[in-house]
Amino acid sequence: MSNDHHHEEGFWRKYIFSVDHKVIGLQYGITSMLFLLFGFCLMLIMRWQLAYPEEAVPIVGKLLGDGGILLPEIYNSLGAMHGTIMIFLGIVPLGVGAFGNYFVPLQIGAPDMAFPKLNMASYWSYFVGGVIMLTSFFSPEGAARSGWTSYPPLADIEVGQTFWLIGMLFLITSSLLGSINFITTIIQLRAPGLTWMRLPFFVWSQFVTSFLLVLAFPPLEAAAVLQLMDRVAGTSFFLPSGLVVSGELLNVSGGGSPLLWQHLFWFLAHPEVYVLILPAMGIVAEVIANNSRKPLWGYKSLVYAVIFLGFMSFIVWAHHMFITGMGSAMSAFFQTTTMIISIPSVIILSALFISLWGGSIRFNTPMLFALAFLPMFGIGGLTGLPLGLAAADIHLHDTYYVIGHFHYIVAPGTIFALFAGIYYWFPKITGRKLNEGLGKLHFWPSLIFMNLIFMPMMIQGLAGVSRRLWDGGLQYAHASGTLQLNEFMSVSAWLLGLAQIPFIINIFYSMKNGEKTDKNPWHSTTLEWTAPSPPLPHVNFEVIPEVHRDPYEYSIPGRKRDYTPQTEPKKG
Amino acid sequence: MSEHSMDDIKSHVKVYMLVFAALAVLTMVTVAASYLNLSTGEAIFLALSIASIKGSLVVSYFMHLISEKALITWILMLTLAFFFVLMFIPTISFFDWVNIS
Amino acid sequence: MEIPFTVKERPDTGLINSKLGIWLFLASEVMLFGGLFSAYVFLRIGAPAGAFHEWGQELNIPLATLNTLILISSSVTMVMSWASLKMDDFKKYKLYMGLTLLCALGFLVIKYFEYTTKFHHGIFPGTNTFMAIYFTLTGLHGLHIIGGMIVNGYFFGPGSKMWSTEPEHFTNRIEIAGLYWHFVDLVWIFLFPVLYLL
Repeated sequence: MSNDHHHEEGFWRKYIFSVDHKVIGLQYGITSMLFLLFGFCLMLIMRWQLAYPEEAVPIVGKLLGDGGILLPEIYNSLGAMHGTIMIFLGIVPLGVGAFGNYFVPLQIGAPDMAFPKLNMASYWSYFVGGVIMLTSFFSPEGAARSGWTSYPPLADIEVGQTFWLIGMLFLITSSLLGSINFITTIIQLRAPGLTWMRLPFFVWSQFVTSFLLVLAFPPLEAAAVLQLMDRVAGTSFFLPSGLVVSGELLNVSGGGSPLLWQHLFWFLAHPEVYVLILPAMGIVAEVIANNSRKPLWGYKSLVYAVIFLGFMSFIVWAHHMFITGMGSAMSAFFQTTTMIISIPSVIILSALFISLWGGSIRFNTPMLFALAFLPMFGIGGLTGLPLGLAAADIHLHDTYYVIGHFHYIVAPGTIFALFAGIYYWFPKITGRKLNEGLGKLHFWPSLIFMNLIFMPMMIQGLAGVSRRLWDGGLQYAHASGTLQLNEFMSVSAWLLGLAQIPFIINIFYSMKNGEKTDKNPWHSTTLEWTAPSPPLPHVNFEVIPEVHRDPYEYSIPGRKRDYTPQTEPKKG
Repeated sequence: MSEHSMDDIKSHVKVYMLVFAALAVLTMVTVAASYLNLSTGEAIFLALSIASIKGSLVVSYFMHLISEKALITWILMLTLAFFFVLMFIPTISFFDWVNIS
Repeated sequence: MEIPFTVKERPDTGLINSKLGIWLFLASEVMLFGGLFSAYVFLRIGAPAGAFHEWGQELNIPLATLNTLILISSSVTMVMSWASLKMDDFKKYKLYMGLTLLCALGFLVIKYFEYTTKFHHGIFPGTNTFMAIYFTLTGLHGLHIIGGMIVNGYFFGPGSKMWSTEPEHFTNRIEIAGLYWHFVDLVWIFLFPVLYLL
């Protein structure tokens, strides 16, 4: 049996170039959390400039030159890279690469992913892409500064963009390889008895997410190739005729279209936002069911809603382009599909809320984060409605309202759900619990400061303050009534940073000194809790599980325990 | 895989050769058709139709889709649907503009 | 460590993992080339009427027709290499796989001459939007040919050792490689008329 030589695995094979999904999941987890921290720090610097325009930035100011004052170009680099890093190097690798990789095989009772070597290749492709993005800061030209959206003509001619494009090619490759692995694994490697409607909702959400990635990323890959061609091969895919730069006519063939980029970019980038939220919804579902000691309400509705959501996400993209001059037919079409897509989102959110009704709620740290997700995502989602309506969007597009909207969804939304996942699944990964006191010290300030940062953005946006302004709107008369909010938001952001310190301490402390637990400290029903903590290298389970039950048999009347694992056989 | 007997494979080989011949003929047909004096719309329709037939032959017989499991066909149908969205929406957007005058 | 269903099919789906995996990969490739074809349509409509047709006259139809026939032949030889393994004929497998590689090489050589002739006449990707999408589409397609050659070359050479130890697993791998190769042919079946004939 080929199992024998695994006892001899050297350091490199075991920890660095491992094909074990758990090691790869941890690699993704550590790397992505470091990137999240870095992206967060970029924002902290930006917020100094917004709070105190043209005052030297403390500490890091020495690195910026120009007397430590953030130049507009540098501010734009920080902004573009903050977005890029948070989305592509932070949230998605954490939600899909880390949580998905570690827990999907476990929740379906599989020994590993369908393609372990491909899994390893995915991680290293992500790593290389991340390194390229980071090194772009140190390249002679500096990092990309045309927004994470990289719109031409600016992105075609602006510095730093080539690194960005090459980095994206590696990241997209990583995503494609990963999503192929996830879909195949979920279809092919479910344990005996694990039918589709017995899957934990977390697995369903990862399944739909992977379909979004596999079908929506390639057009962006194509667009990135086209933009690279424009930058290095002198083509004019996105450069219109007659473009004048710095007073001179650009020496290219012209005939291209900036709109072509927008269509290809948003074809990916809209499904991408569902990639950001779906794993989070999956985690919240698991934590809520477990900590209310009740089955999820409306499991079938959740499943059909998430499938419908995935499908619809492919035909709403041009709601990001309402102000490009499209006519009433296009606007009406995309406005309609956008309104329709809010329905499955609301179904999912409502089902999660209703799942709490009549529950025996345990207010541990994972549950606190999962509970907070619900209203935070609610605010984020509802504020999306005016943006999806073409007429209102004309006023709100590219203002701070948009920034407030999507940050509500990703920051106190997705990131809170990911925190819930970390607190919930830490015992499975390490055999120890994270400290509850530190957890609450992490949770409450985070919740408060998240709202203090992003709610004022809605006010600024409604007043018409544009996004991506290096001075936060100082020069605009219409912004003057809301400028005082800048300092307030910045201070809240720095305090939010401080609130993460208990979390970091908790992780390092609990790895060695946390309360030791058995296999199933939360008394959960799903399959990952039948494996040892941590699960066995390469095979996970001592015995391949056999599934006999639905995923959330909590508090079923007439039973001794308030939970019944999926593996427990039915009598008679 | 295991359901193929020697005779099965031999009959498959016959099919491969027939498909090869059809593809070669259709290639010549599509080249010849390009020399006809058709309008742009007609030329596009004809060329894409012939290409679709050739493509279907490759997918159905060389790639065995005609005898493949339903799941694969469903995944491809889904992909094609989004492929067409990608093709047509940018094009339609070209013809639907706000009237600036 | 045994991953289930790598060689034997899973009963309810009737598939082995790699078959599902490669079709998913091909689905993503459909969207990749779809993005480029979408760009072609967009740019063609945006160009002056008849411009794309006119700029396209620079292309060499006879040479591309030959290339089309070469690639179709390589598809036949590829499927025949798999069929040979099903018929337990390793020698025939080697012959057909070798022919597939030769055809691929021939395709690339012709493409090389096409490209260099254009450069010689001062025609580059930057010359106009038609040439831009022409070079990009055929260039990316060419990279896919090279990728396929590397995989097929591996299975022709060192990878073929697997035939003596795990013949069924090896035959599956050739079928999977074949699916990729046929897809590359499929893309060209659409590229050829769109770029050269319209």
